[in-house]
Amino acid sequence: MARALVNVPANARRGDIIEIKALISHPMESGFRVGTNGKIIQRDIIQTFTCTYNGEEVFKAKYSPAIAANPFISFSTRATDSGEIVLAWRGDNGFEAVETKQITVE
Amino acid sequence: MMRPRRLRMIMACMAVLLAGPFASGDEIPLAARKSGSEFMSRQTQDMQNDDTSNPAMLWVLEGETLWSKPAGTANKSCSSCHRDAATSMKGVAASYPAFDETSSKVINLEQRINLCRTEQQKASPLAYESRDLLALTAYLARQSKGMPIEAKDDSRTRPFREAGEKLYSERVGQLNLSCAQCHTDNWGQKLGSALLPQAHPTAYPLYRLEWQTVGSLQRRLRNCMIGMRAEPYAYGDQEFVNLELYLMWRARGMTMEAPGVRP
Ligand code: HEC
Ligand code: HEC
Repeated sequence: MARALVNVPANARRGDIIEIKALISHPMESGFRVGTNGKIIQRDIIQTFTCTYNGEEVFKAKYSPAIAANPFISFSTRATDSGEIVLAWRGDNGFEAVETKQITVE
Repeated sequence: MMRPRRLRMIMACMAVLLAGPFASGDEIPLAARKSGSEFMSRQTQDMQNDDTSNPAMLWVLEGETLWSKPAGTANKSCSSCHRDAATSMKGVAASYPAFDETSSKVINLEQRINLCRTEQQKASPLAYESRDLLALTAYLARQSKGMPIEAKDDSRTRPFREAGEKLYSERVGQLNLSCAQCHTDNWGQKLGSALLPQAHPTAYPLYRLEWQTVGSLQRRLRNCMIGMRAEPYAYGDQEFVNLELYLMWRARGMTMEAPGVRP
């Protein structure tokens, strides 16, 4: 079950720098570990994280197998207009988690 | 995978050191007690203190969902009887393990949750360290955040606490170490790269970076026992519950900070 904790300010003044923080539940299995049966445990990682603001991509990250489980990310962007901020994580085995937050900009 | 092995090796060295006349046996004065979080780096403290970066909050969130989800043949949710956890469960985790009338034993919070599962919801008990049990425990513990630990001391609980104290101070395992030697006599000293904390159970269940997941106090205690090369008790054993009770009593009055983060 994908679970995410997302923190986006609900209100901001136009031109403000806002901080976005997000934590997602994911095993980030590196694909290098050996299981108790002696076999390699299949890789299962998040590959990309993107943030779009009213449809425009404002932040993107590529994840690697060296990143720990349940990765946390924080970044900033400029508040331009009221609307939707969409955070999306995609990865191995068709993994996809999408979180949408509304922001009011005055 | 590598750290426990390294810890065991270091502990072997400790055993040699501690064989000398170091053990004082005196408990830490109440005012000198420190939570394990005070021994952590600033970064790890920040991770614990900010709800949006504390990974254990993912479990709290899941626990909140489970709280209002009907389960078992009674098809009842926890909230159908206990309503708002913020009120009904406030301070509860800070006072467990507690005496259970039915079994005439001291039980821990996980066992109390499972009693409601089996007796009230008519559902199967949740396995120790399962995601659901950790999530519910983390959710309940969260309702005691910032409150003082209240370990009851009465004629019914005392024998269990005393049994726990005995386990805490007795030397066990191939290395012939006691919990007290590390956590009472030598806290603040280095064991390899780790600082020896005072072993206060203020933050459980917690997210341990080494585990990359949330674990219970008993999982932590198993780690220490394996490091001592002692046979760890099984999850839920009365010995473990007694130890938990003694640790809570030793930490009485200290502030609950669950769900915590540890290295
Ligand atoms: C050889 C030393 C040693 C012995 C003996 C030992 N421990 Fe530990 N213990 C440690 C170390 C080191 C840590 C912290 C590891 C870390 O997180 O970096 C620890 C952590 C803990 C914690 C977690 C504290 C927190 O803030 O989360 C508890 C509780 C604990 N021990 C209890 C016990 C009990 C009970 C025993 C006896 C059954 C025991 N320990 C025996 C070394 C020891
Ligand atoms: C049908 C009603 C019912 C349901 C459903 C139920 N409980 Fe309970 N619960 C009780 C009653 C009654 C008690 C008090 C029992 C006692 O004192 O012996 C109790 C006690 C508790 C306590 C101990 C409180 C204290 O102050 O010591 C906890 C913790 C608890 N329940 C958690 C849960 C959780 C978690 C769930 C869901 C998984 C749950 N309960 C579901 C009725 C219920």
